[in-house]
Amino acid sequence: MYAAVCVRSFRRYSTYRAATWARVFTNTVFGFILTYTYIALWHVRPHLGGYDLSAAITYVWIGQGLLSLLAVGDLGALADLQTRIANGDVAVDLFRPVDQQRWWLAVDAGRAGYQLLTNALVPMLVGGLAFHLRLPQGPALEAAASWAATAVALVLALVVSYALRYLVALTGFWLLDLRGIQLVYYLTSCFFGGFFLPVTVFPPVLETVARALPFIAVFQVPADVFLQHYDAVGTLGALGVQLGWAVVLLGLGRLVQSRAVLKVVVQGG
Amino acid sequence: MAEARFGARTRPARWDVVHAVRCYGHIVRMWIRAALAYPASFWMTMAGNLAASGMDFVVIVVMFLHTRALGGWSLPQVAFLYGTSGLTLGLADVFVGSMDQLGVRVREGSVDTVLVRPVPALAQLAGDRFALRRIGRVLQSGAVLTWSLLRLDLSWTPLKVLVFASLVLCGTVIFGSVFVGGSACHFFMADAAEVQNSFTYGGATMLQYPPTVYARDIVRGTVFGVPLAFVNWLPALYLLGRDDPLGLPSWFRFASPVAALLCATGAGLLWRTGVRSYRSTGS
Repeated sequence: MYAAVCVRSFRRYSTYRAATWARVFTNTVFGFILTYTYIALWHVRPHLGGYDLSAAITYVWIGQGLLSLLAVGDLGALADLQTRIANGDVAVDLFRPVDQQRWWLAVDAGRAGYQLLTNALVPMLVGGLAFHLRLPQGPALEAAASWAATAVALVLALVVSYALRYLVALTGFWLLDLRGIQLVYYLTSCFFGGFFLPVTVFPPVLETVARALPFIAVFQVPADVFLQHYDAVGTLGALGVQLGWAVVLLGLGRLVQSRAVLKVVVQGG
Repeated sequence: MAEARFGARTRPARWDVVHAVRCYGHIVRMWIRAALAYPASFWMTMAGNLAASGMDFVVIVVMFLHTRALGGWSLPQVAFLYGTSGLTLGLADVFVGSMDQLGVRVREGSVDTVLVRPVPALAQLAGDRFALRRIGRVLQSGAVLTWSLLRLDLSWTPLKVLVFASLVLCGTVIFGSVFVGGSACHFFMADAAEVQNSFTYGGATMLQYPPTVYARDIVRGTVFGVPLAFVNWLPALYLLGRDDPLGLPSWFRFASPVAALLCATGAGLLWRTGVRSYRSTGS
């Protein structure tokens, strides 16, 4: 059943054609702007943060590609959950014999699948035409392993991002206006996730903070796996960190949800 | 209602402008009062806006931890670009930024209500949901700009003061025109409203960095295409005494008022075309 929900969600998002292309366009424009600032910085400091120029540029375009997929700026499919919490429709959802967290994960996965084919792929292709991007390198087997590891890292990144957004949406049970917390979520996840700059470029204190937070599992880790920043053991370790955060945050989501449903009062009539 | 409309029509055109500005003022005051009714929420969202626009500067500062110059420009010089770009975008955003919600209104069909009221549609839509919290960006950019001016120690002359004042004014007009012109396009493609962000927020991000950072064709596009270079790059070349990477004639550095006028005219024409071609959703 969850697979069916996922497929329907994919189809639903694929109906917003104009909005999708507008988003692709915007992400691409920002990609160009960021690329030039990175080029300026890496021109003065080659190999800054452990990336060469080509890797740094690739980092920008991965970021632009994943921005929509991981729904960093908005809540993704969970914007609907947030609306349903705000207007009380969530009471109906709670009656249904489905697990809320899994249901919305399926919806969000469908959304992400559609974003992968449009918002992730198209800016990457444009970036690849305009600049020299770094794809997984090495002997065929090693490159294939990197691609596979990237796929796993991407799925885990989506789950971690989903778990975080689920927590943000659940705060709607207590707060009336979610704009503030959404903004905090956006800023912290962009900054500490490494969307603006890789965390390896941060001053040591900030890098330590970033490494202790879950946001790194959302973007920096999958990007580094793709750029072959780690050796084989390091890659497994990085995926382990992602898995750890996914389990912890999903568990936390369940805990908060069990508290939240106690707050739901169904008005009769 | 009919009488009011008739009255407005028979007055000379400049009264229409006064009328529009007065109505805009009324709407704005109403929204400010509404926002201040929830002071905690207001101050939090304003602090949030302040932090959000400050994040870009944190990125620039982190970059300068690794280098003394970016594209040949020092941190105070880049801070000057950052401050002027944010200040002008912020002011335009405060005054007419609400208009980027027009696409939503077109889809909902609520533009109809706007068009039948005896108040110019532009004044209504620009004032609609006026968000004073957006002043957060203005304050934050203003602070960075002040810091950069203190560090740069420009030897001020009357001409420099004039160019600086014109930078703030014309920059705001140019960004405001992009907001209005972009919103006018929502009449034709309501779903593609996000494209506008590339030119407003994307443009402002671009102007935070020196023109030397970008490919020449891109800089050329901001001079002869969407004239964002006139917001701060070109006046900054004069104020900071730097060479033009494009080698344009030096009067370009003083041409911001002309660019602002052209932008405002263009935006006005686009807006007029948009309103006239508006078809209701019919619901």
